[in-house]
Amino acid sequence: MAGAATSLASRAAIQARAGTTEPALVQRLLIGLALVFLGLFLVVPLIAIFAQALEKGFAAYCAAIIEPDTLSAIRLTLLTAVIVVPVNIVFGIAAAWAIAKFEFVGKNLLITFIDLPFSVSPIISGMIYVLLFGRSGWFGAWLVEHDVRIIFAVPGIVLATMFVTFPFVARELIPLMQSQGSEQEQAALMLGASGWQTFRRVTLPNIKWGLIYGVILCNARAMGEFGAVSVVSGHIRGMTNTMPLHVEILFNEYNFIGASAVASMLAMLALVTLVLKSVVEWKSARQIALAAVAQEGMENDEH
Amino acid sequence: MKLRLKQHSVLPGFGLTMGITLLYISVIALIPLTALFGRAMSLDWAEFWATATHPRTLAAYRLSFGGALLAAALDGVFGLLVAWVLIRYRFPGQKIIDAMVDLPFALPTAVSGIALTTLYAPNGWLGRYLVLAGVKVSYTWLGVVIAMMFVSLPFVVRTVQPALAELDLEVEEAAASLGGNRWQTFRRVILPAVLPSLLTGFAMAFARAVGEYGSVVFIAGNMPMKTEISPLLIVIKLEQYDYGGATAIAVVMLVASFLLLLAINLLQWWNRHRFAEGS
Repeated sequence: MAGAATSLASRAAIQARAGTTEPALVQRLLIGLALVFLGLFLVVPLIAIFAQALEKGFAAYCAAIIEPDTLSAIRLTLLTAVIVVPVNIVFGIAAAWAIAKFEFVGKNLLITFIDLPFSVSPIISGMIYVLLFGRSGWFGAWLVEHDVRIIFAVPGIVLATMFVTFPFVARELIPLMQSQGSEQEQAALMLGASGWQTFRRVTLPNIKWGLIYGVILCNARAMGEFGAVSVVSGHIRGMTNTMPLHVEILFNEYNFIGASAVASMLAMLALVTLVLKSVVEWKSARQIALAAVAQEGMENDEH
Repeated sequence: MKLRLKQHSVLPGFGLTMGITLLYISVIALIPLTALFGRAMSLDWAEFWATATHPRTLAAYRLSFGGALLAAALDGVFGLLVAWVLIRYRFPGQKIIDAMVDLPFALPTAVSGIALTTLYAPNGWLGRYLVLAGVKVSYTWLGVVIAMMFVSLPFVVRTVQPALAELDLEVEEAAASLGGNRWQTFRRVILPAVLPSLLTGFAMAFARAVGEYGSVVFIAGNMPMKTEISPLLIVIKLEQYDYGGATAIAVVMLVASFLLLLAINLLQWWNRHRFAEGS
């Protein structure tokens, strides 16, 4: 009687545990389905780029890349990233400091503004600068008079890229700094550190991985932006052509090897971004785990 | 004790950081966007209406919004599947697969565009088999939907994953011990719990797909009335220096995006609210 009761109870326990998972066959079926989907949908397109770029061999690949127009596109892409990324780092840190460390009216509105570029079509992101600085834009006449070119020139490309990439660093840092609070900074200030010292020695080490993560994403988008830059660039070969725009030009000229060769460089950039992102996620997870352990240790000491 | 709102803070730097933030956002985003709405205001109503409801424009809206709706719905299904498999099961290569989900975010859209076009062209790796089956993808609306699905898939996976990870297994155990089979538990217990995240992911995917340009224009073929998306129509108007026409279409799209942004925020609020009540 007692034996029957235990066996019933253990059966219920087993059933209950089994209740939170699926039969092995269903599991394998779902995993298989997901892998086939991701394989066809993500991996095959990636491989296709490299396969087409190397179709006529490695020499043709290199020849396509050292073409003068391609090299100038690479230079412009790098130049844009070198200007845009540092500016957006400063903005991201400033915005995160103001939003995460202080309470003020209109904070949610400000956060919504920071999210704007994510919900605006890249074409509209580029177009707003054309309406402002284009020939018949708000400042168009003044710019023509003073012989300053913004649209169909490098400044326009930089502005449009800034617009589409400014949320990335701020978006990573705001939740991170909010979750960390400001007790540590207050302690540093109380001990006599200056504001700048506090930021550099206390805040910066705490947000390091989040910051790097944001910079990686910002850089990837800055180098890869197509729509917004396409509207303001004017597609002048060797002058205002970035790498993604050059891919389009080569593709439309049926130069598929050249287009794929330039595209493969951008794809490698994307892969490096993904690897760095995984490393940073792993590091920051470890940092959080270590901080939790340290916190626990401190609390145990107190009691 | 834990969360005391500090209106007065001992921390320095509020003026400086707030100043930088407001200045930068104003110069980079707010003033240019105001220019767009200013331009829209200066259009006369008849002209605005004529452009915004021209048959070619309407066809472009239909493709952009309809295609994005379909793409986001398909992403919802496959995204949930991928998130489920990644959170619930263990299999070799899982970490790499998990990292690969972000590929469409990291890959420049022009690269995705030519990759998909190459793949689904009638002589491409996938296209040649689809042609045998009588399905044409490149230069049709189907290609537009596939490109939209590609770029917005990570939104669904990345919003559903944390919600699935946070689910309390005890609730599922309870459902099972009360006699529910696994499918019932999924449909009646798990799905309602992740629904707000799934809808948020869906809305974000939809918003991205509506505005997407780079990956779509290569595979679409861009035939007026048939495979021409709204952002492309804006580009065409801009190239013809028809700033008024471009503005009219852009304003319609922007208003749609703002409504979506509002919907996403409401969904996230609902999500937080529900979890706050639960705990």
